Amino acid sequence: MATTTDILPSRSGNGAGGRLSSWKRRLLTGDDIAYLITLAFAVGVVLLGVLLVLQLWWQSSLAREKFGWQFLISSVWNPVTEQFGALPFIYGTLVTSAVALVVAVPLGLGAAIFLAELAPRALSEVMTFVIELLAAIPSVIIGLLGIFVLVPVLRIYIGPALQSVFGFLPIFAGPIYGVGLMAAGLVLAIMIVPFIITVSREILLAVPADQREAALALGATKWESTWKVVVPYARSGIIGSVFLALARALGETMAVTMVIGNAPLVSTSLFAPGNTIASVIANEFAEAMGMLNLQALIELGLVLFAVTIVINALARLLVLATTRRGSTHP
Amino acid sequence: MRFRDYRRKIINVVMLSLTGLCALASVSVLFFVLGYLFVHGFKALSWDFFTKLPAPVGESGGGMANAIIGSAKLLLIALLSGVPVGLIAGIYLAEFSGKTFGFTVRYVADLLNGVPSIVMGIFIYTVIVLPMHHFSALAGGLALGAMLVPIVLRSTEDFLRAVPRSLREAALALGASRWKAIATVVIPAAGRGITTGVLLALARVAGETAPLLFTSFQSQYWSQGFNQPTASLPVMIYTYAISPYENWHRQAWAAGFILLMLVLVANIGARLILSRRASPARG
Repeated sequence: MATTTDILPSRSGNGAGGRLSSWKRRLLTGDDIAYLITLAFAVGVVLLGVLLVLQLWWQSSLAREKFGWQFLISSVWNPVTEQFGALPFIYGTLVTSAVALVVAVPLGLGAAIFLAELAPRALSEVMTFVIELLAAIPSVIIGLLGIFVLVPVLRIYIGPALQSVFGFLPIFAGPIYGVGLMAAGLVLAIMIVPFIITVSREILLAVPADQREAALALGATKWESTWKVVVPYARSGIIGSVFLALARALGETMAVTMVIGNAPLVSTSLFAPGNTIASVIANEFAEAMGMLNLQALIELGLVLFAVTIVINALARLLVLATTRRGSTHP
Repeated sequence: MRFRDYRRKIINVVMLSLTGLCALASVSVLFFVLGYLFVHGFKALSWDFFTKLPAPVGESGGGMANAIIGSAKLLLIALLSGVPVGLIAGIYLAEFSGKTFGFTVRYVADLLNGVPSIVMGIFIYTVIVLPMHHFSALAGGLALGAMLVPIVLRSTEDFLRAVPRSLREAALALGASRWKAIATVVIPAAGRGITTGVLLALARVAGETAPLLFTSFQSQYWSQGFNQPTASLPVMIYTYAISPYENWHRQAWAAGFILLMLVLVANIGARLILSRRASPARG
C-alpha cells in the first residue's frame, strides 16, 4: 500500500541518503504511523471477537466438565440440587422460532412481493421506510405491548377460537394462560417480519427484468410470472433472508422473556408456558445461585452463540450468492 | 379453455391483492404500536416523570429521572468506548487493508454483529463484573459500546468507500501524503454519512435491555459515578412492566413512549440527513 507515497515528490533529500532517508521520509509524511494506528484498532476488533469466544468457553468449563454432552439432552433444570440440563430451553427456543417463521415467512414474502413487483416506486420506498422503522422499535417495547395487548387478546379471543376449531391437535390442547410459547412466537414474528421484507425486497429487485418480460411475453399473468419465474430465480436469497430472520429470533431476548411465562417445561401445547435459552439467561443470570449455576447459564450462552453464528453464516452465503448472480445481468 | 383463463385471471387478482394485504398488515403494525404507546404513554407523562425518583411500591406518582440520567450515562460510555474503535478500524478497512486481513476483520465484525445481545451481556459480565465483584454503569456502558463497534465499523467503511476516487487522487496529486488526503479530504467528504451511521448505531443500542440486565443492573436511586449499578430506561420498562402494580405499569408506558420517540426521531433524522446527501452536491 506504499505505492502512493512512492510516486509523490520526496520532501527530504532526493534519495541521496538511500534507505535511511526513504524510511525517514515515510515517517515524516506520517503514512506509516496512520497505518499502524488504524491497524492496531482493526486488530483490536479481531481480538474482541476472539476474547468473546474464549471467555464463553473458559467461563463455562466447570459446567462443561461436569455435565458433558448430557447438558444438551437432560431436561432437569434445578438450581437447588445443582442439576442443569438445557433441553427445555433448546425446545422452547426451537418451538417459538418455528411459530415465528410460520407466521412471518408468508406475511413477509407477500409484502416483499408487493413492494418489489407491484407497488409504484414512491409508495414502495415509503412503505419500506416504515417497515425499517418497525425493525428499529426496541424489543422491550414490543414486549410491553405483548404483555398488555397480545396476551389478553390471545387468552380471550385467539386461543379459544383456535382451540374450538383445531382443539383435537395436541399443539392447541390444554388450558390457555395467554402467556406461553404461542405468545412468544407471535411477538418474535412481529420482530422478524421487517428483516424478511427488507432483505427479500432487495433480492427480488435484483432479479433481472428480462426474466419477467420473458414470462409475460409467453402469456403468463403477473402473478404467474412473479410466482413461477421471479421467486424461484431469487429462491436462495429469500431462503437466506429467512435464515437471517431465524438467527434474530433465536437470540431475541426481552420481548420473549416478558410473554413466555418462564417455566422450564417441555410441553406439546403451544398455549403452555415455557422458556427459551435467551429468556432463562435474562431471568436467572443476576440471581444465579453459586458457581455451577452461573457456569451452566454461560454454557447456555455458548450454545446460543454457536447456533446463531452458524445460521448467520449460512444466511450471508445465500444472500451473497443471489445478489451476485443478479447483478451480473445489467 | 375459457374457464381455465378465467381461473388464471382470478388467481392473479386474488394473489396480488393478498400480497398487498400482507404489506398493509406489516405497515399497520408500526402505526398500531405508535398509536397505542401514544395514547397510554402520553396520558401517564407528567413533569414529575422527568424530575423525580421512582416512588416506593404503593405510593402513586414518582418519576424516572434517575433512569433517564442513567441511560444518558450508559450511552456516553458506549459512545466514548465503541465509536472510536469502530471508526478507526473502519478507516483501516476502507483505506489501508490488504485482502486477507481485511477479510478477517470484516468477518469478525459480521460475527460480532450477529451475536445475540444477551450473549454480549454475558461476555462483559465475565470480563468486567466478575473481576470487579459488583455491577456498574461502566460495565453496562461497555456492553453497549461493544455492540456499537461492528455497526459503526461497517457503516464507516461503506461511506468511505463511496467517496469518489477522483477526490483522493486530486488530493494526492496536490502533494498531500496519504493520511493527510484521508484526514482532510476523504473523511470530511464522507462525514455526514459517518455521523449518520453513528447516530443510527446509538439509536439501536439505546433501546437494548438484555445486555444491561446483569451489567449495569438496576437501582431505585440517583446514579452515582460510574462504579455503581445504575437505573436505565429500558431495564426500568422491563421491571415495571412485569410487576403487579398498576402505578408501575403507567410509568412503564410513559417510559416506553419516551424511548420509542427517541429511537424514531433518531432514525427519521438520520434518513433525512442521508437523503439530502443523495443530491449531487459534492464531487
